[in-house]
Amino acid sequence: MFYLKDVKYKNILDIQELKIEDNKVTSIIGESGSGKTTLLRLLNKLISCDSGYISYKGKNIENIDSIALRRKVTMLPQESPIFKGTIRDNLLIGLKFTDKPLFDDSHLYSILSFINLKKNLDDLSDNLSGGEKQRLALGRILLLDPDVFLLDEPSSALDEETEKFIIENLVKYTKENNKTLIMITHSKKIALSYSDRIIDLSKGSMDNREAKNE
Amino acid sequence: MNDIIDLSIWQLVLAFVFVMVLMIIVKIKGISREKEILISSIRMTLQLILTGYLLVYLFNNPSPVYTIFVLLAMESFAIHNIIKRAKGKINKSLRKIIGLSMVVGTVSCLLFFLFVIVQISPWYNPQYFIPIAGMLIGNSMTGISLGVNRLVDGMQANKHLIEGSLMLGATPKMASKEVVDNAFDSAILPTINSMVGMGIVFLPGMMTGQILSGTSPITAIEYQIAIMLGILGSVSLTVILFVQLGYKTFFNHKDQLQI
Repeated sequence: MFYLKDVKYKNILDIQELKIEDNKVTSIIGESGSGKTTLLRLLNKLISCDSGYISYKGKNIENIDSIALRRKVTMLPQESPIFKGTIRDNLLIGLKFTDKPLFDDSHLYSILSFINLKKNLDDLSDNLSGGEKQRLALGRILLLDPDVFLLDEPSSALDEETEKFIIENLVKYTKENNKTLIMITHSKKIALSYSDRIIDLSKGSMDNREAKNE
Repeated sequence: MNDIIDLSIWQLVLAFVFVMVLMIIVKIKGISREKEILISSIRMTLQLILTGYLLVYLFNNPSPVYTIFVLLAMESFAIHNIIKRAKGKINKSLRKIIGLSMVVGTVSCLLFFLFVIVQISPWYNPQYFIPIAGMLIGNSMTGISLGVNRLVDGMQANKHLIEGSLMLGATPKMASKEVVDNAFDSAILPTINSMVGMGIVFLPGMMTGQILSGTSPITAIEYQIAIMLGILGSVSLTVILFVQLGYKTFFNHKDQLQI
């Protein structure tokens, strides 16, 4: 799916070779400053590498239209942006951006239960806590139904129980719908328990190994 | 209509005495602004005297070359002023957009106003061309200045929301829509506000000047209505051009945010 060769970005990232397979759950771990977020931003084409080559499905991503790519490979940043308005507005905004048909309330409520957010669609998004905002942003990209999810610490603001619930749901959804999940996690436990593959970017030396549970 | 009272030099000096009294009050109250008041009063007086003599010369010697030259000088001053007021916050491509929007926006409105509405003859008649150009360019300059600040600050303050929108598959246009709309609103608001209060809260400067110099209030009002609509058109067009082209300078050709 993704193939990176000799990718360099400033002094932050230096990857000789990396393959990320489709229909798998890949976790990216590493200490802060090791370039985890930069890697996701490169895959989302929010930035371009200084040198090297990144391909998606065999095609150099520099030759893929950025907006078309981001609609297939969608990223959830660590500090999820929450837009003015209600929870419904926030869930639907991505669909409006991409000209996709909007879902009715019953489907939106099923997404809310998927992300364990017990709120009314008409509630204002300003009043949500950090963890709730994070889940709302996750719900929003689930509605977009991309092929690849790039998630930057999707559970960093959640308590352990909710984190387990959300990650389990996500992994199940990925497997059942043949999606690809690439997520940064600060928790080695999460990485080891749920991923098919772990990429460790620590100390600049990239360790690319199969997860222990496989 | 009463005879026009021509102000003599001594009457103007009396107006300065009035400012002196004001400065004494400011000084006694301990507000240390007397220097600014004095400098700005002198500066305004000198500028207007020079402009007065220049206009007398231009009106007595109407020439297309002079008229075009004055128009170019006003445009350059306005563009320079906008860029200076933005205090180095803007990049090269945004400067180009400011220049382009000012020239295209004000000149197209000016041509429509002079040749379709007022129908001046000859086309370079400085008595109409220069003051009307000044009003359209001056107001558009104020509008764009406000728009520049709002656009640049808005893009920076909303960086996360804009990039977050790109991640969701938005185009740069969709992602910056709110910032662009806000910049347009803040740029156009002073013009809208001045139109709302006009004739009730205050009599506009141009109309007051015309009435004081002996023109019938009805003629003065006719011109005022036309010029206000011209100003509204010119400010709107310049600002629309600016914000619609300006937000694009924050993205590169790969639709990546460059802040």
